[in-house]
Parts: sequence; structure tokens; C-alpha cells
Amino acid sequence: MARAVTTRRKALNTAIAWAIGLLIFFPILWIIIMSFKSEGDAIKAPLDVLTSAWTFENYGVVQERSNYSRHFFNSVLLAFGSTLLGLIVAVPAAWAMAFVPSKRTKDILLWMLSTKMLPAVGVLYPIYLLFIQLGLLDSRAGLVIVLMLINLPIIVWMLYTYFREIPGEILEAARMDGANLRKEILYVLTPMAIPGMASTVLLNIILAWNEAFWTLNLTAAKAAPLTAFIASYSSPEGLFYAKLSAASVMAIAPILVMGWFSQKQLVRGLTFGAVK
Amino acid sequence: MGQIQLNQVSKSFGKVEVIPPLDLTIEDGEFVVFVGPSGCGKSTLLRLIAGLEDVSGGHVLIDGRDATETVPARRGLAMVFQSYALYPHMSVRKNIAFPLRMAGMDKAEQDRRVENAASVLNLTDYLDRRPGQLSGGQRQRVAIGRAIVREPAAFLFDEPLSNLDAALRVGMRLEISELHKRLKTTMIYVTHDQVEAMTMADKIVVLQAGVIEQVGSPLELYQRPRNVFVAGFIGSPKMNLISGAEAAKHDAATIGIRPEHIEISQSEGTWKGTVGVSEHLGSDTFFHVQCNASSEPITVRATGELALHYGAEVWLTPRPEHLHRFDDKGLRIA
Repeated sequence: MARAVTTRRKALNTAIAWAIGLLIFFPILWIIIMSFKSEGDAIKAPLDVLTSAWTFENYGVVQERSNYSRHFFNSVLLAFGSTLLGLIVAVPAAWAMAFVPSKRTKDILLWMLSTKMLPAVGVLYPIYLLFIQLGLLDSRAGLVIVLMLINLPIIVWMLYTYFREIPGEILEAARMDGANLRKEILYVLTPMAIPGMASTVLLNIILAWNEAFWTLNLTAAKAAPLTAFIASYSSPEGLFYAKLSAASVMAIAPILVMGWFSQKQLVRGLTFGAVK
Repeated sequence: MGQIQLNQVSKSFGKVEVIPPLDLTIEDGEFVVFVGPSGCGKSTLLRLIAGLEDVSGGHVLIDGRDATETVPARRGLAMVFQSYALYPHMSVRKNIAFPLRMAGMDKAEQDRRVENAASVLNLTDYLDRRPGQLSGGQRQRVAIGRAIVREPAAFLFDEPLSNLDAALRVGMRLEISELHKRLKTTMIYVTHDQVEAMTMADKIVVLQAGVIEQVGSPLELYQRPRNVFVAGFIGSPKMNLISGAEAAKHDAATIGIRPEHIEISQSEGTWKGTVGVSEHLGSDTFFHVQCNASSEPITVRATGELALHYGAEVWLTPRPEHLHRFDDKGLRIA
């Protein structure tokens, strides 16, 4: 009897989980469906959309009208470049905070995190002016730096959490064995923190890939990534739902595939340290 | 060479002074054990010698050279940690070779030294395994291997056996002692286990609250403890310490008598008492006897054959030549 109840409850839980999952996934599913419809069909009532004819036309038009590969290349460069630069800055910072903490370490960490609570638009004006003066507007280098800076608190926090799990005695052993700070980080700390670092890298790539505020405001054509590619289909003459959907699918597909394959690593990384 | 000298070395964490200024000389080739209760500062002292902690005052001299400001890697010392501190992502071979690799030694010489250390420590069959695939004892041997390949001026051991089970601990104790006899290199060994201290040391340093209570050979400490603390700390089971009227009879504030220096009889003796708990070890039996001479039960060591039931009436007689006398400050009366 108890077993039957458990099985029934399990089935119910599974159904609820699927329902929530579908609810969350629905907007993306709808975008995918709309991307295969003509502009006329895409604005019909939902049931009519589903029953209308399927077409690949939008993908052809989108590819013709805008340079997808250039935007894609920019997105890759910005996501990977800002992540790499972030790691170079964050690894020594997180090392210092985890292994030689001072009285103010916790305060610094909280202050860093508090910058994430600042509305980005609040600093848009000064950064925009700075970009004009430094000639960084619509440049990939400028965007790499900005994306690195906005995600830096998260990278430092995540790495700090992983580093704290590594016993200090192992680093002391490395010091006794003749490793200087650079070798200690390179040969001992980094290899031991690789699972944590991998999930930090993955999360940061996703965040940088999806970042729209700064990429839209600080680029025009040259450095524009896929977010700008999508936005270009929202025009004053009206929304081209089907084409916008096709552009969105093309923009999110790479990161969606990457996220799908690395979901185990991501979940492990994000819950790391939560359960001992 | 491996002479280590501490001149007025002190350590404070913030306003808390954990080690008041102390002097200590460890001669080349000596096996010195720092022993004391938890929190007495023995590990801190070892870390000051290693350079893993900065001294708050005084100087650390290694082979006559002032090493106070020298980084750990340049002090020529090797350390074995309580948690083994092996690199989990490296094979045993790479773990042992790590200090040589850091020193930029050529690969052939690295391999030769690693093979040599592995054969000394019976690790040859495990060289390609990761630390996670080894038992506690094997891991500790890898940690020792990593220390010996460097051919350091001195080895520092920070409670290296406390994570091992009792049987393995005895085996490793012998292995470390044998290693010392073979290498003749200075070894400083920190432990809270006075049995380890007694069995391994050439010289024992007894510490309490950062203060050196006594320095001497195991037998010196056992036979002539300088104060009540050392008397109570060295020896297992611990020395019986009696104060009050019984001590006054011997012109002392406290008298001490070790369990093995008390005769037990069922017919006659100095102190009359009642047998409490008996601990049978086979070779010996420890009787805890409640008697009027002391408020605490007196521990007596007898042969394993002697059988006395709980509540039996007995007589205890301390051997006068083994009676230790201490004054009201706890210091030994000669």
C-alpha cells in the first residue's frame, strides 16, 4: 500500500515538474515555432499559428539581410574574451581572499556583489563618455573590458567559494616544496579547482553571451554581437515577428546547445559548497 | 648540516601572545619532539621554524644563518603535515618529484631520486597511482617521500600520525625512527602523544601555553621532571600527584609517585585503600585505588597475573627512592 502511494506521488511530482519545465520553456518553444511561419501567419491566433503552413523562408531572409556570421563571431569573441580576462584578474583576487583573508575581506566581497545591484543605466552616461574619449565606442576591446568588469564580482565570488574548499595545508606544502606564488597557483591551486573553474567559465560565457544592455548601447555595427542582431529586427515600422523569431533562434541556439551539454557541470558548479 | 637555533622567538596573533620569547637550540642530526597538550603552541613553533608563520619577535637561525626573513622554500627544510597535504591531481611519482621539479632539477636526476625514495619507503608499486587510491599509511609514506627527496637540512613533522589507526601508528613510528637512524638528518616532530615523544625522541621539549617547561632526554624527563606539569604529562599512565598532609610528611607541597613505583599488597603497606576500577592489559594490570592519603584515586601498575576484585582492601607502599617532591610553586625539590 505504502509503495503504491509512493509511486503515485512520484508520478504526480514528475507531472508537476514537467508542467513547470514546459511553462518555462514555452516562450522559447513558441519562438521556434513562429520562426517557421510566414509573417502573416505568425500574428494569427495561437491555434491558427500552429495549424498554418511551415516555412524556412525567414531564416533565408534573415541571413540575406544581416551578416549573421559577423555577429556570431563578435559574440564568441566577447563572451570568451571577457571570460578569459576575468579569470586572469579573478584567480589572484580570489586566492588572496580565500587564503590570506584580512579583517575587511568579507566587506570587500559584499561591496563587490553590491555593484551588481546597481542599475546599469545609472553608470551608462559616464561609461559612454569615457568610451567616446578613449575611442572605444563600437570596439570589441572596449566591450570585452566592460563585460569582464560587470561579471567580475560573480567570477570572484564563485572562485572564492571553490578555493575555500581547498585545504590550506596543500598550498603550504607547495610553498615548503619550493613553489613561488605563481607556481603555487599554476601547478597546485588551478588544477585542484578545475571543476569549479569550469562551471565559473561556463556561467560567465552564458552571462556575457546574453548581455544586452551594454552591447546594445556601446556598439553600432563593427563590434555588434548577436544581441544587436536580434534587436535590429525590432523596427519602427512594426515588429516582424517571424523574422525576429528566426533571428532569436539563430542567436540563442549556440548557447542553448552549449548549456545543454554542460548542464551537469553547471548544476554541480552552482551548488558546489552548498552540501558537504 | 641542520642546526636550528631560536633566539628570543615570540609569536602573537593580534593582542594574544601565544608564544612568549623563548630560546632553543636543536643540534644537527637530533630527533627533537615538541610535546604538550592541545593549544600549547607546539605546532605554531614548528610553523615559525618552517616560515609558514612570521615571527613577532626574535630570530630563527638555520645552520648559523639568520633565516627569519627567508621564505619557506629557501630555508632548506621539508615538512610532513598531519593531513598529508598530498596533491590529489598528481600521481605518487609526481607528488614525490614536485619539490625537485620546483628546484628545476633535470628529469633523469628527478627519476633517480624518486625511484630511490620509493624503494626506501616501499612505494615502488604505487608510483603511478593517485593519492586517493592509497591507504592512510601509504599516503603518509608518500608525504615522507616528498620530504626526503629534497635532502633537506631538517625534517619537520606536524602530528603526522594522528590520522592513522593505532596499529598503523606503531608501525609508522618505527619507520620514522629507522629513517632517522639511516639519514641522520635533524628531525623536529610535533605530537600531543607522549608515548610517541618518549619512544622516538633524542630530546623532548615539553611545552605549555607557549612556554618551554623542560628540555631533556626522555629518561631525564621521566626520572627528573622539573615541575609538576612535566611530572604529570610524561609517563603513561600518568604520575600520581598527592598534596596536603601526606606531602607535608615529606617536606613538600606536592609529592609524585609513578604507578610502576608503588608496591601493592593485601596484607601490609603504608597507605590503606580500596580497589576501584581495574584495567587489564594482559601483561600489566592498572588498579585505581581509593585511599586516605589522596583525594584522587591512586593508579598502581601490577603484573597481569594479579587479580583483585572491585572493593578489595589493599595496602600501597611507594618506593621512597622514586618519590618526587615539588614545592608550592610546583618546582622540583632536589
